[in-house]
Amino acid sequence: MSKEPGHIAENIVHFARVLRRAGVPIGPRQVLDAVDAVRQAGIGKESDLYWALHATLIHRRDMAEIFDQAFHVFWRDPRMLERMMALMLPELTTPPAEPDDQTSRRLAEALMNTDSVPQSPPEPDIEIDARETMSAAEVLRTKDFEQMSASEIAEARLALTKLRLKHDQVLTRRTRPAAHGPQVDMRATLRASLRAGDIIPLKRRERRHRPPPLVVLCDISGSMSVYARTFLHFLHALTNDRDRVHTFLFGTRLTHVTRQLRHNDVDEALRDVSNSVEDWDGGTRIGETLRRFNVDWARQVLGQGATVLLVTDGLDRDGASGLETEMARLHRASRRLIWLNPLLRYDGFEPKALGIKTMLPHVDEFRAVHNVASLHELVAALSTPEMKWPNAA
Amino acid sequence: MTIKLPASIDETAALLSSGAYVADRSLATVLFLALSMGRPLFLEGEAGVGKTEIAKVLASALGRKLIRLQCYEGLDTAAAVYEWNYQAQMIEIRLAEAQGVEDRSILAKDVFGDRFLIRRPLLQALEPDVNGPPVLLIDELDRTDEPFEAYLLEVLSDYQITIPEIGTIKAAEPPIVIVTSNRTREIHDALKRRCLYHWVDYPDAERELEIVKLKAPEAAEDLSRQVVAFVQALRERDLYKQPGIAETLDWANALTQLNAVSLNESNINDTLGTLLKYQDDIAQVRGSNAAQILEELKTAAE
Repeated sequence: MSKEPGHIAENIVHFARVLRRAGVPIGPRQVLDAVDAVRQAGIGKESDLYWALHATLIHRRDMAEIFDQAFHVFWRDPRMLERMMALMLPELTTPPAEPDDQTSRRLAEALMNTDSVPQSPPEPDIEIDARETMSAAEVLRTKDFEQMSASEIAEARLALTKLRLKHDQVLTRRTRPAAHGPQVDMRATLRASLRAGDIIPLKRRERRHRPPPLVVLCDISGSMSVYARTFLHFLHALTNDRDRVHTFLFGTRLTHVTRQLRHNDVDEALRDVSNSVEDWDGGTRIGETLRRFNVDWARQVLGQGATVLLVTDGLDRDGASGLETEMARLHRASRRLIWLNPLLRYDGFEPKALGIKTMLPHVDEFRAVHNVASLHELVAALSTPEMKWPNAA
Repeated sequence: MTIKLPASIDETAALLSSGAYVADRSLATVLFLALSMGRPLFLEGEAGVGKTEIAKVLASALGRKLIRLQCYEGLDTAAAVYEWNYQAQMIEIRLAEAQGVEDRSILAKDVFGDRFLIRRPLLQALEPDVNGPPVLLIDELDRTDEPFEAYLLEVLSDYQITIPEIGTIKAAEPPIVIVTSNRTREIHDALKRRCLYHWVDYPDAERELEIVKLKAPEAAEDLSRQVVAFVQALRERDLYKQPGIAETLDWANALTQLNAVSLNESNINDTLGTLLKYQDDIAQVRGSNAAQILEELKTAAE
């Protein structure tokens, strides 16, 4: 390391700025920490500098890779990295200044003050979609969503308030005061006894309820494409409405979209989701994607007794290979597994498709809808009392 | 008599190895910084990579008291910070009444005094100790809920605890704090930012062999080498739960108990349960797969 000690602080600040621009959240306090840490560790060895900066600037494991790359480029030649970033990542160096038209529809609506006519979604065409589902090619494409109108957003909020999942409250070990609770709150009782006279009034408490974490695995393959907009709208509202929601989309691969959906603006959120998912409207590999979920994510998101909501039609391109074991595993790892199948067209439907037959024994709750034209129907399907298959395996 | 904190990264590494902990340079660096900057150390990593062990070794090597707070869902202040001794308080009140003390405000002051305070780990950690500030291990923080995490923010940044009836208690000298997480959920950034962060990874073959030799000295030399190579090969595979160092040590010990001097297909199959903890993983590795890995190792060794 050939740098003068006097310049090191300046270089660290510079380095932090580069990392920040590459998407690593770094606050001013951490930069101060980094300068302090490097001073303590000394700059005798490159590895010491590396780990001192790593300990103070990085707080998530997934940021370690970008730190590693940036470090090796930057501490050889600080200006080099900037040049590289300017070349390779133009969108990072120039903030998106041009106003995008995402908000335009809502803006126009607000200005004109007219009631927009809600568009009826196209009739689902099951035969064609199903054929596409089974097709062998992995279709990679992005998707354009129509913008949401203000009335649609308001309606979604309203619909979501009616959502009542079964067993959606679990007892926690925390308590709250309750006049006729089962436990005696000694601390409150004692305080009351000091105020009161000879009779000690017993204060009571009860355990609090809390909704468990919710993990949603949503199929976005070709056969489900007509519902994609409704579902994503639902997922966006759900992710922002509840605590501890994790959202995954899958077709031929699994994509974690919780962070994208957290965006408060639904159009922004859906655009981000659309950009990060690569397998829109393609085939479905339920077994394989569930395996990826079980291996890579289950321990991280199912830890606290999560309810899993699986949204898929159960039509599997891979002929249900590996589906049985993965469904069984998912079932064992989740507190409650709910399967929502939106592709049932008539009441006399029987689970004939191999995927559906394989999955049915491994769910706690099965919910079917004939046609999810709106969020209301989706919410209603999840909130109605459970339906049973007359001849479920 | 307090043992002085290490003054350099090399001294930190030496301190850890004196406590029979084989650390790589990165861990020694982070630990040294945590000690010299007086900041909590946040260790994240898979189960069984030796996160908890670091705190134990540090406490014994520095001669400090180890205070451990095992986290669980619903952990509250009564279990983590302090509680009042209600029974004793009740008796005190009855006695005071029997003696005819009329002024209840004096009684209140008396009853919520130091005498009736039960100290739990976090409060204990703020107390001065003759051997120097203690090592506070907050183990598996990911098991608690967000409210407790938020509570920790105050404790970990200012090393003080507020008890409404008494006031604020502040540590004269801040304790050495080690926080561990198995990452069964993501800990909030606000808490991580107050700490120095380190991801504890599985060790490489060389370091793992060193650990096995140190912690399972009864295992035959050849056996240890094979065990480590086998475990390293297993970590390359697509398993639900990869074996940690703790499992490697268990396995080496189990094989030694069976008087094995080298790995073969049958003793692998017999003892696989000490290494892999998921039935699916065991089923995948057992039999031909184990033989295949063994064969690969043999050819690689030649």
